[in-house]
Amino acid sequence: MDIKDITPDQVVFWEWGFAHLNLTIVVTWAVMALMILGAWLITRRLTSELPLSRWENLLEILVKGMENEIREVSRQSPRPYLPFVGTLFLFILLSNILNVVPGYTAPTASLSTTAALAICVFVAVPAYGIRSSGLAEYLKQYIRPTVIMLPFNIMGELSRTLALAVRLFGNLMSAGKIVAILLALTPFVFPVIMNALGLLTGVIQAYIFAILAMVYIASGTRARQERKKKQTTPDGEKGE
Amino acid sequence: MEGISLIGMASVLSAGLTIGIGAIGPAIGEGRAVAQALSSIAQQPDEMNSITRTLFVGLAMIESTAIYAFVVSMIIIFANPFWDYVVANAGG
Repeated sequence: MDIKDITPDQVVFWEWGFAHLNLTIVVTWAVMALMILGAWLITRRLTSELPLSRWENLLEILVKGMENEIREVSRQSPRPYLPFVGTLFLFILLSNILNVVPGYTAPTASLSTTAALAICVFVAVPAYGIRSSGLAEYLKQYIRPTVIMLPFNIMGELSRTLALAVRLFGNLMSAGKIVAILLALTPFVFPVIMNALGLLTGVIQAYIFAILAMVYIASGTRARQERKKKQTTPDGEKGE
Repeated sequence: MEGISLIGMASVLSAGLTIGIGAIGPAIGEGRAVAQALSSIAQQPDEMNSITRTLFVGLAMIESTAIYAFVVSMIIIFANPFWDYVVANAGG
């Protein structure tokens, strides 16, 4: 990747008609293959005997940690959300961490990847909301507290999707760009330090993307549960 | 040639101004948020986990404005459409 390329989309390996094979697609598939292969290799010989293999231990810590975070953020059972949010977190985490490998460019440093991930969240929020409370109840959220708020609610939904995509893209792109610029200026020590800092921001961004997705999903499903709780208490309706 | 030098000048200047001015607001905001979070951790060390998590999410929200400014300045420098247009016209 050249210093002039903003995204890895611009590095095209192969082109046929409207089909492109660029660096983003290649590294995305490489990361996916690595994750699937790793998970398959680790879970191939699962036993319940006590000395756990260290890789199995790693996976259990990851899944347990994600479950706990989801439970604390959403205050609900993490089961329905874990597959979606966990997949987002692991994919972004691995593609950010691999940034230290020479010759690798994070697929999340391309706006296409992050936009695709953000659109997944954009679709998942109403999907989880409708599944937990039904279509009518979910749509009613948009005219709460009054009908006047309808355009603002819709705009908020769109702009937070844009913010999700641009935040991840900007952070990862800036990490790669700063290292490239420093390599041209002071090529020995400073790029290493900035790379280490890039690792930290990569992990934090993966965490933040997953937590924000969880917060958005939870805010779409939570309204109904609060209403349920109020109906069980005798004079809860007065408070509304 | 006049167009090229004018656009180059304006791009470099405005890229610097974009990231410079655009970093002021988020920097102040993040500084205040971190200071507040530190003092609340000092008051209630037991709540450190939830304070830290909320802090990170909030920082990401605040930071995104700075990231917008950065992306715009990167576009001005590396992928400037007006620059490409003028260069293509001068070449052809």
